[in-house]
Amino acid sequence: MQVPAPFEYERATSVQHALELLRARGPDARLLAGGHSLLPMMKLRLAAPEFLIDIDPLAGELGYIREQDGELRVGAMTRHRALLESDAVARHATIITDAERVIADPVVRNRGTIGGALCQADPAEDLSAVCAALEATVVVRGADGDRVLTMPEFHRGPYETAVGDAEMLIEVRIPLHPVAGSAYEKVERRVGDWAVAAAGAAVRLHAGVITRAGIALTAVGAGVTSGAAEQALAGQPPSEATFAAAAELAARDCSPTTDQRGSVEYKRHLARELTLRALRTATARALRGDA
Amino acid sequence: MSTVQPSPTVGYGSMRRKEDPRFVRGQGRYIDDLKLPGMLHGAVLRSPLAHARIISIDTAAAAAHPKVKAVITGADLAGLGLAWMPTMSQDTQAVLATDKVRFQGQEVAFVVAEDRYSARDALELIDVEYEELPVVIDARKALDADAPIIRDDKEGQTSNHIFDWEAGDSEETDRVFAAADVVVARDIIYPRCHPAPLETCGAVAQMDPVMGKLTLWTTTQAPHAHRTVYALVAGLPEHKIRIIPGDIGGGFGNKVPVYPGYVCAIVGSILTGKPVKWMEDRSENLLSTGFARDYIMHGEIAATSDGTITGLRVTTTADHGAFNATAQPTKYPAGFFHIFSGSYDLQAAHCKVTGVYTNKAPGGVAYRCSFRVTEAVYLVERMVDALALELKLDPAQLRLKNFIRPEQFPYQCKTGWTYDSGEYERAMRLAMEIAGYDDLRREQAEKRARGELMGIGIAFFTETVGAGPRKDMDILGLAMNDGADLRVHPTGKAVLGISAMSQGQGHETTFAQIVSEELGIPSADIEVVNGDTDRTPYGLGTYGSRSTPVSGAATALVARKVRERARLIAAGMLEASPDDLEWERGRWFVKGDPEQGSTIQEIAMAAHGAGDLPEGVEGMLEDTCVYNPPNLTFPFGAYICVVDIDPGTAKVVVRRFVAVDDCGVRINPMIVEGQIHGGLAEGVGIALMELIAFDEQGNCLGGSFMDYLIPTALEVPEWELGATVTPSPHHPIGAKGVGESPTVGSPPAIVNAIIDALHDSHGVDHIDMPCTPGRVWDAMQGRAEPPQ
Ligand SMILES: Cc1cc2nc3c(=O)[nH]c(=O)nc-3n(C[C@H](O)[C@H](O)[C@H](O)COP(=O)(O)OP(=O)(O)OC[C@H]3O[C@@H](n4cnc5c(N)ncnc54)[C@H](O)[C@@H]3O)c2cc1C
Repeated sequence: MQVPAPFEYERATSVQHALELLRARGPDARLLAGGHSLLPMMKLRLAAPEFLIDIDPLAGELGYIREQDGELRVGAMTRHRALLESDAVARHATIITDAERVIADPVVRNRGTIGGALCQADPAEDLSAVCAALEATVVVRGADGDRVLTMPEFHRGPYETAVGDAEMLIEVRIPLHPVAGSAYEKVERRVGDWAVAAAGAAVRLHAGVITRAGIALTAVGAGVTSGAAEQALAGQPPSEATFAAAAELAARDCSPTTDQRGSVEYKRHLARELTLRALRTATARALRGDA
Repeated sequence: MSTVQPSPTVGYGSMRRKEDPRFVRGQGRYIDDLKLPGMLHGAVLRSPLAHARIISIDTAAAAAHPKVKAVITGADLAGLGLAWMPTMSQDTQAVLATDKVRFQGQEVAFVVAEDRYSARDALELIDVEYEELPVVIDARKALDADAPIIRDDKEGQTSNHIFDWEAGDSEETDRVFAAADVVVARDIIYPRCHPAPLETCGAVAQMDPVMGKLTLWTTTQAPHAHRTVYALVAGLPEHKIRIIPGDIGGGFGNKVPVYPGYVCAIVGSILTGKPVKWMEDRSENLLSTGFARDYIMHGEIAATSDGTITGLRVTTTADHGAFNATAQPTKYPAGFFHIFSGSYDLQAAHCKVTGVYTNKAPGGVAYRCSFRVTEAVYLVERMVDALALELKLDPAQLRLKNFIRPEQFPYQCKTGWTYDSGEYERAMRLAMEIAGYDDLRREQAEKRARGELMGIGIAFFTETVGAGPRKDMDILGLAMNDGADLRVHPTGKAVLGISAMSQGQGHETTFAQIVSEELGIPSADIEVVNGDTDRTPYGLGTYGSRSTPVSGAATALVARKVRERARLIAAGMLEASPDDLEWERGRWFVKGDPEQGSTIQEIAMAAHGAGDLPEGVEGMLEDTCVYNPPNLTFPFGAYICVVDIDPGTAKVVVRRFVAVDDCGVRINPMIVEGQIHGGLAEGVGIALMELIAFDEQGNCLGGSFMDYLIPTALEVPEWELGATVTPSPHHPIGAKGVGESPTVGSPPAIVNAIIDALHDSHGVDHIDMPCTPGRVWDAMQGRAEPPQ
């Protein structure tokens, strides 16, 4: 059995309480949400926080999925499983349902949270790309109140976000659009494995034209979004040729590395192939009014 | 699929496993469940480097930790003469490193503390200064002139060479090759993988200072052999050592060797006077305990142009890691690899295997395999498919054409084995029928026309299991024989002690069924004891599919001895001559007068009861037996796999898998099928995802289940099983052993299917495992790389 280094532990009773503890204990304190990223690192002693603030008691307060002000609002403590099973998510942001189906396994999904996933910012983590493709914003709370950040502002790179030492992520906001569709495509070596590569697309249509497409890739060293691909789609009618051109740009715009999951060439190929597939499905869903 | 009777009372047949009530209720007792009063906890400090000289080890801070009871280093062990221990291959292995570390994860120090957290914390307080040395990771470079010498501890060792070993007639083989119409060659790697049992390895050692007795609860597939090893290594008197394995959560060969952690736990208990538990974690298991395979093979197959296979030859570089700790019979450093001519009637065959040291973990255990049979079967079944491609012949037809025919058994193969029995064509045809082989080929042709990638792969294997005859086979000088002792109590209930050691195979059920079949006592009335060396007869344990072939034979024979004794006692009871008695299951009766008889239960009571017994008959109803097999047994099977490959992502899906196994007589068909299900799943894992990889510095890249992938229910299809029964002529009950067949036979079927899917469209004629999407895609682009 792998065992972590010694640490102190306290359960937060409210968001306010969690923020106070963070402030009081400084950078040696860490929030513990579902624990499925943090605890494995602690057991391997890759992480050794001195103080854990368990925010599991906030699962009620911060565990929600609701439509409000033209947005889908998801509390930071919403579990993967709740996202997977949500009808509202399946209707308005099918890309999340797609992704949740292939994130980890039921045991992890029962506990892991969207807040933990986004804040962990693992380079192979799926929901960051999903949120980026959807043009989601995130609400970060600190002593001075709330900040609303776009994904490019929030997600700074592998294992790095804009959340400060004494701040926490509260909510994810996904804008809703009348004619939109989205999809996520992932290749993994085995069910429950992290992505070899994955691609998300969110497409908005108006009068037969793509008004805006969000494209984001996972695990291939791409930017938060694939800007060139997005630009190539905006204002174009959906077609195989447009998709192929955008997929090519997305593949060019990333810098994967060779590892046990695959070679640079393979991952780049997947970036293209999966972007193409995601665009096809997302557009078909938009055309079906499927959202 | 066999149907399970709710409670078959007597003899063979599918019945629920007697051990399962405790497992499904969470009542199994594994090593880590054991808590003894005052028990301390050990943890191993491991080398972060693959090859380095140890300059100094400073343990002062660790020893000063308030909860630490002992810190042990290699120097401390050297003082006790325990720094090195013998391996199962008559090499030596460092218990704790003294001079150098030779692989990443090697044991350097051992801390004993009040709890496992403190033990682990204290490891971080040990300061080891290393001087890094160049490494040898690629076995193909191990014998290069400039390769650093790993085993400079060994007198006279001037290279990384361990052994050269040959089988077959090389000149005759060359002659056959020279005369052949076609010769096809392939470089084939069976990459390093790991048995990865769910329960990792561990031990609780308790040295009783008053009685001088060591009790070791430990994860071992061979408790008696381990006891002897400890007696020899530690100089402890063997009767003062008791090994108790408890339940074992999977072994697959991983729990055959003696690991340094076990020895450290023993030393820890001797030094502290307290019981010491050492339980490795998942990463330690993957990094440091017995890996499997790692054979780099160059195969050549010779044939006539009409597809008659005439010869096979192979040269192999065997990567044994830093210590040669392979567990296999002494005379066979490459195990039973010389079964590589497979199921075919060849004119000649020859193999040469060269074993080398590398800076990788030691092992080469027979992962669900009888000593390298897996590598052998993989080689021949890949080569036969390569020949089919070359000659544009259907791979099923090519196999059918070349099989050893039933009338040729017992078959003397060209590399020294005598195959006991086989009806290969029958098994092959049954597999083709279950698969709907011709329909599958039609479907494939239609799909190819549409650009879809579907492949059909075949493997036909012959194994050699049940080691073995004592004239040829020993481990560390110990004959590979097994004992059984059977005691029938006065009320007709029985206890059987065996030297096989179940790791989940269901011995408590099948071995009771063997006794039940022979004596007619309901299997529910028979308790099977295995493991505890104070309660079971001597024998070499469970691996190499040897339980049923060896211990099962001992069990049948001891039951027959008891039956014969029962005959004498019954003769007295019935006032008849023993020769006038006839046996029907469960009862001796007077020939021609079936009313006149005694049941085995009545006889048992009489055997223990007052009153006279016939002249020369001892009281009670019990006996013992040791079985020395006259030959090995040769299970076989025909496997057909259907895969679909996504042309855009190269992801392989195993859509169907047909497995026809012939393991001789089936004692409990349900358990046989369960063994096959599990082994096939492991084969899917090996073929598609499992790899212990290393980077150029010798860092292990497979040290967790995030990196070393094992398959789940979602990667495997619904198995389609079939059976033929060709009894072993020399085995008392005609059984051959089955535990390993599916793991041996499935990887080549899957790889052959993948190549079959990709050959026409992408020109792929070889790919090495594991066939991850990325590696398959690289092969489709014409640049397949061997695994690293
Ligand atoms: C076997 C396995 C497989 C997995 N496979 C995948 C996969 O395929 N794809 C995938 O995307 N993920 C995968 N994951 C990760 C999983 O989704 C995690 O649950 C998730 O990444 C982290 O969520 P958590 O709630 O468990 O976070 P925790 O582990 O509790 O926390 C993670 C980090 O985020 C911080 N944090 C948590 N909540 C907040 C907050 N509200 N505000 C600020 N900081 C916060 C913590 O301090 C910590 O640093 C896998 C995990 C496992 C164990």
